Amino acid sequence: MTIPFYVAPEQLVRDKAEFARKGIARGRSIVAVDYADGILLLAENPSTALHKVSEMYDRIAFAGVGRYNEYETLRKAGIRQADLMGYLYSREDVTAMGLATAFSQTLGLIFIRDPKPYEVEILIAEISEDPSERRLFRISYDGTLYDERRYVAIGGKAEQLTEALGQAWHEGMSLEEAFEACAGAFRSAEGREPEGWELAVLDSSNGRRAFRRLNEKDLTAG
Amino acid sequence: MIEKPLGPLPMDAPVPGSSFTDLLDSLGVASAVTIPAGMSMPPVPEGTTVLALRYQGGVVIAGDRRATEGHMVAHRRIRKVFPADQFSAVAIAGTAGLAMDMVKLFQVELEHYEKIEGIRLSLEGKASFLARLVRGQLPMALQGLIVVPLFAGYDDKEDKGKVYTFDVVGGRYEETEFGSTGSGASLAKAFLRTSYEEGMSPEGAMAIGIQALVSASSEDTATGGPDLKRGILPTLIRIDSAGLVEVPDETILPLAEQALESVR
Repeated sequence: MTIPFYVAPEQLVRDKAEFARKGIARGRSIVAVDYADGILLLAENPSTALHKVSEMYDRIAFAGVGRYNEYETLRKAGIRQADLMGYLYSREDVTAMGLATAFSQTLGLIFIRDPKPYEVEILIAEISEDPSERRLFRISYDGTLYDERRYVAIGGKAEQLTEALGQAWHEGMSLEEAFEACAGAFRSAEGREPEGWELAVLDSSNGRRAFRRLNEKDLTAG
Repeated sequence: MIEKPLGPLPMDAPVPGSSFTDLLDSLGVASAVTIPAGMSMPPVPEGTTVLALRYQGGVVIAGDRRATEGHMVAHRRIRKVFPADQFSAVAIAGTAGLAMDMVKLFQVELEHYEKIEGIRLSLEGKASFLARLVRGQLPMALQGLIVVPLFAGYDDKEDKGKVYTFDVVGGRYEETEFGSTGSGASLAKAFLRTSYEEGMSPEGAMAIGIQALVSASSEDTATGGPDLKRGILPTLIRIDSAGLVEVPDETILPLAEQALESVR
């Protein structure tokens, strides 16, 4: 019988965290900002086929950075959870809070249980009739859940983006202003011209399903 | 009953993983029940006449508002025509409780697929899935609890409206002109057979749809005609390339008044 080498728990967690952070740092970032009519989600994404931002439920959007297969697995699981809850109870019983908690628990469990942690960071956004009830949650690779306000960034350049958004964000921005603020934050954080946008909004004027994908032309034309 | 409702997410899904119905089955929360042999059911509300007809570039789907329980009127304002998604609608006849559950599951299924796969099912795909749900009801149908839906939608590949009818075993039939199901179906179809014209305008299709319902209600006691005194009007949905529109009562009222005048 072979006895495995002893590794101190502190060391194990540190190694896993470092591994996950490195993986996430390689990926492009995503921001979400509160604007006059809802929430804008903007990702730097050169692909038009592989999405980083998507619809989760009536008023809830999901975004993920890091390894595609991992955040895609989480996205699908989130949709299953949301649709199950809405079907078994009522559509209004599906909340960003409930979903964010479930993501947090799942990522936390994977981090401690699996040999390799997920190299992802997740963002959950939710709009509400009352703008002060809008929610922005960020969930890190180890399941830590952050409740954010006004703007949030995830991915390798999250810190720099948050700092840049802190200067550019103001109350009641139009969609165009919000896009300009986010695009400006990307340029200053990355120090280069971004390689294509993936854009989506949560806006209650879209009806029950508030999520809409946009393209850059929609914003520059209108 | 439910294995993991709130905790860690349902990370595993039955293959291929895009079906909400299969997910429910895998978690053991599907609502199907079977009645032990030899037991008889007490009367339950039954929906009656619904119909759909094609027009140039689209389709209308309509239903009366009555549900019966034996010889009694169980509900006067029941709704039997529902949007399934942005480009299709489903109407129900038969055991109302089961039918409404089927519609709810069908609606979630279509949206679930669209979100998971990032693309909407084809119209044919939606109709096939609905047929599967109908077949799943077969044990109930053998006990007398029959659900027969009617499905209509806009097919963007062919740029036209389509109508599908079903039978209790899950048979699915595409109708070239119109379809109807429920107790007054044969009366509604007899009316449509003489009034239907290829390439009608949406207004024309809505008008004869309502007339066919009025025609059915004048012979079939289980079908409720427009009740202007109580303000009960048929439900009407219109679908074309621009999407689904639930026709408002203001538009239906003159059509219903006209139909009550013209149908003898």
